[in-house]
Amino acid sequence: MKLDEVPQDHSSTYGGHSKLVYAVDADGHYQGLQSDGWEPEAFATQLAVEELEGLEAGAHAAWQRGELSALKFLMYRYRLDEPALAQITGLWQWRIRRHFRPAVYKGLSPAILARYADAFGLPLADLTQYQQSKSQHSNNQHTKDPV
Amino acid sequence: MSSFQHRQSAHCESGVMASLLTHAGLPMSEPMAFGLASGLAFAYLPIVKLSGMPLIAYRMPPKYLIKTLSKRLGAKLHTQTFSKPEQGRLALDAALDGGRLAGLQSSVFWLPYFPPEMRFHFNAHNLLAYGREGNEYLISDPVFEEPVRCAAEDLQKARFAKGALAAKGLMYWLDDVPLEQDWNRLIRQSVLSTTRILDGMPLPWIGVRGIQHLASKVEQLDPAQVKYNRLYLTHIVRMQEEIGTGGAGFRFMYASFLQEAGEKLGDASLQEASVQLTAIGDNWRQFASACVRACRSKTEAPNFAPIADSLRAIAVQERGLMKELGAWAKRK
Repeated sequence: MKLDEVPQDHSSTYGGHSKLVYAVDADGHYQGLQSDGWEPEAFATQLAVEELEGLEAGAHAAWQRGELSALKFLMYRYRLDEPALAQITGLWQWRIRRHFRPAVYKGLSPAILARYADAFGLPLADLTQYQQSKSQHSNNQHTKDPV
Repeated sequence: MSSFQHRQSAHCESGVMASLLTHAGLPMSEPMAFGLASGLAFAYLPIVKLSGMPLIAYRMPPKYLIKTLSKRLGAKLHTQTFSKPEQGRLALDAALDGGRLAGLQSSVFWLPYFPPEMRFHFNAHNLLAYGREGNEYLISDPVFEEPVRCAAEDLQKARFAKGALAAKGLMYWLDDVPLEQDWNRLIRQSVLSTTRILDGMPLPWIGVRGIQHLASKVEQLDPAQVKYNRLYLTHIVRMQEEIGTGGAGFRFMYASFLQEAGEKLGDASLQEASVQLTAIGDNWRQFASACVRACRSKTEAPNFAPIADSLRAIAVQERGLMKELGAWAKRK
């Protein structure tokens, strides 16, 4: 790659930052140069983010319909999947899947909820609140955080 | 620690090592640190899954660079992990108060100075702490343009994030870096080691054979599985470009190393190899563009055969280059 071929595609996925890439100048000499985005790479990042957002939206809708507990959409919101959440919490995946059932989630002990709270970086109270019935919840809309 | 100079790098681990060595009095560019540690590789690991996708790596596993480079240079690497997060914080404070530069392994997800789009659960990120002020740490994160600051609680959470590749608060620094080095021996040894990793492993997932393996996987993609194919192909692109590789999955960085090494030794054959690797890197970039193009076209059914063929061509080129470099490294 030559210096003038280093892409500057202003990708939003870089969050206004620049990455360093290595490229050769006219004499074939290597230099580090900042790049503020490359379109194919940004497309790949966006697709991965959209995939997680889509999963989160689906799980959120299922939670609102009362088919799933809040745990599943929280998992996706914090960019985790079942194997990753299992590794972080030290729980078996089948237990986590069981906790996706609203009735089971309602009966979870604070000790188990604390593990999830730690994995998501949320206060325990937030997870306990999701144990209440949904109607109470819609009164104090949970604000969505940036990540 | 006012004398510390932050330098932006393409990759976190090589950047941290280059900064640590330069600060210790042995001037070291990032490509040089990467090359001397024999960081270049290729691996396709179907057993290790990242959000349901196989692990595709263009470099050696985390911590390999740190360990290999300090061993080859004869520097003393001090590493420490902690079973209790509080101990980790105290040890970091003690090191910083003692005027040390401390390398830290951390998660990307919990570092608030990363833009949200870049925050994924990757626990093997490396950064340098060079001081603290009040409740904040002064951080030289190699992939950022400028030094950053991070609140103590956030850094603590990032250092002790659990999950795959958990850092357990890993902290490291270099002692007794020998300032006199036998560059000829070092460069030959590290180049030979890279040729053995890329072309000499009896495993179908590592090195050139790994690239061929990936080619057949791409060819076998079922055109009907549109969604999976899109995620699979972009996953490759992300592993190659997004995670900070200096472009083309570290190929450009290694080419830069070959050039610098050639100048150091006054050896034209390394410059020739650098030119070849630059061309290979350009092919990797085109491969990435082709992957994304195949994901974009919604109308026509994508044809994966040409993409697989371009990968096979890259494998042939890399094998040829490794043969030449191997012969060079063994020549006296």
